[in-house]
Parts: sequence; structure tokens; C-alpha cells
Amino acid sequence: MAEKTIEIEVLRYHPEKDREPHRQVFEVPFTDDMSVLQGVQYIKDYLDGSLSFRWSCRMAICGSCGMMINGIPSLSCQTFLRDYYPARVRVEALSHFPIERDLVISMDGFIEKLESIQPYIIPKEPRTLEQGEYLQTPEQLDAYEQFSSCINCLLCYAACPQFGLNPDFVGPAAIALLHRYNVDSRDGAKAERMELVNSEEGVFNCTAVGYCSEVCPKHVDPANAVNQNKTNSAADYFLRFLAPKGGAK
Amino acid sequence: MKQERKRSNAPIFWALFGAGGMLSALFGPMLVFITGLAVPLGLLLPADTMSYPHMLAFARNWLGKGFIFAIIALFLWHAAHRIFHSLHDIGIHAGTGAKLICYGLAMLGTVLAAYALLAIGF
Repeated sequence: MAEKTIEIEVLRYHPEKDREPHRQVFEVPFTDDMSVLQGVQYIKDYLDGSLSFRWSCRMAICGSCGMMINGIPSLSCQTFLRDYYPARVRVEALSHFPIERDLVISMDGFIEKLESIQPYIIPKEPRTLEQGEYLQTPEQLDAYEQFSSCINCLLCYAACPQFGLNPDFVGPAAIALLHRYNVDSRDGAKAERMELVNSEEGVFNCTAVGYCSEVCPKHVDPANAVNQNKTNSAADYFLRFLAPKGGAK
Repeated sequence: MKQERKRSNAPIFWALFGAGGMLSALFGPMLVFITGLAVPLGLLLPADTMSYPHMLAFARNWLGKGFIFAIIALFLWHAAHRIFHSLHDIGIHAGTGAKLICYGLAMLGTVLAAYALLAIGF
């Protein structure tokens, strides 16, 4: 019996020799337990060693292997070739990001945004070791828990049309994480982070498309975080005039 | 090295958009039914429901004035915001110009509605 094969069309770009990205089709042996990631790994190992892509854990934990698979932002480790077979599968670098090489995108812009939201607990009240740990009720945990599952895979950025139009937009994952710290009962830096939420790069770039939450492999709901913060930001905008201390500025 | 960020004025337009959206969802279908189907076809409502004297009386009542003003102004702000953002979505980044036209028309409609409702008397 002849070996089954599947065609994988890959977006290639080597900045030192290509003027622009182009497509290349590879024929890869197919078994029905192969992920798309295993498909591109086969290409690298046996067909073209110059193919570049990021991957690490193979089990949807590390967030490295995000790609556009037939135009949909997906983790290639949990997307299976059998769902496309016998048709050709198209694999491209994540949308809306500069391509560094082949399927590798530049994350620099995102890393800056991640730093800007101060993604760590800034304690409301410093505690000494003798005072023990910070205690939280199950309700207080519920408030932020789902937003803490983000693995920074950037699928939501590739899905967000508004990030595509305006790369300065803080964007879904960073705002979801920002929200995660703002609603944590141990944290006291909400006012600082709200400056970013309220800014021209902030939540009002979102037009409530919701695709970010749809593509999230960890079931975080960034659209929910962004839209809750529209309400927070609007309240902050109007109520600052009533605030006893003279508001934010 | 914290960079200075400019506060967005979007909450003003977003609040008007949200209010208009809620109002249009609540009242829009009912108004289409009353003004477009029920009254012209003589269904359910008396034939003279929208006659001039009835409508004039409605517009001269404070409550009626408030209702008409809110419906016209907030629907317009909702539409303006949606059109402005849809332009951006389809790749027309007209910026300040488009903003002025969209929100300017809503503002104009708001002022005209207020003027007409006051001019029609009490």
C-alpha cells in the first residue's frame, strides 16, 4: 500500500534574500495522529532544514507554536492534520506581526506592552514574614482566576482586527492580564494601570468583535476583560470630577 | 522611564453610543411596528393614533418631549459612532475629518431636535 501524504503550504520569508514572503508546498507523510506542528517538524527534519518556526512543549502549555492555519490563528501542536486531510493545509506566520523569518514573528511590541501593564502583584499593604501570607476567599480567587491562564501565545492579537489596524493598541492578552492584577484583592496598583486603560492606546480601540476570545486556546475571555474595562474607564472618566481628592490628574 | 499617556476622550462618545444602542434595542422595533405597520395598516391601534393633533399634543407634553428628544438624539449618536468605526474597519482612516462629520451630524440633529421641540410650544 502506498504511503498516505498530505500537502503543507508554508509561508516562507528569509529577510536576507527574499524581497517579500512567498509560499512553498511540501509533501509530507501523513498519519492520523499527526499535529500540524509535527508536519512542519517533518519538513525541517527531512525536506528543508532552513524552515524556521517556534515550538517547545507540544501540549498547548508554552504558547510558542501559534500560526495561521488555513487563515485561523491556532496553536499548531493542538491542531491536527487529519482535520484537513486529504486537502492541502496552509500554514503562515501569525497575522498582524512583523515576520522575523518564515513562521517566526517579532514579539518585541507585545513584550513592551506586557511590561507596561506591570504584570505582577504590587501589594496593597506590604506584609512582613511574621504577618504570614495574604489570604483570599474563593470569591476573590474567582474574580481573576480565568484571566491568569494566559500563555502569551498571541493568537488573540492575530485575531484582533483593531490591533491589525492600530499596532499601538494595548490589545487583548495584555488587557486581560492587566485586568487579572487589577481585580486581585492583594493588589493595590489599579490606579496606575487604569492610566493605560484610559489612554488612547487603551480599551476604546476595541469594537467588541470577540474573535480574540474565540481563538484563545486557554479559554481566557480577553474580550470580557476589555469590555469590563470600557465600563471602568467610562466611570473613571466621568466620576473623576466628583472624586473628593480632585480625580486622577 | 514612564511615558506620558494621553487620556482618550472616547468615553463620551462610547457612553452616548451605549445609551443609544440600548434605547434603539428597546424601542426601535416597537417604533417601526407602530409607525410603519400598525398605524398605516390599521392594525391594533386606532386609525388616528398618529394624526397631527395627537402627535402635537404628544410633543407638547414634557414627557413626550423628553421621549422624542432622547430617541432622536441618542439614535443619532449611536449611528454616528457606528458609522465612524465601520469606516475605520473597512480601511477608510479618515481620522479627524470623518470624526467631525459623523459626530457633527449627530450634534446637529441633537440641536435641531431640541430647537424644534422647544419651538413647538407647551
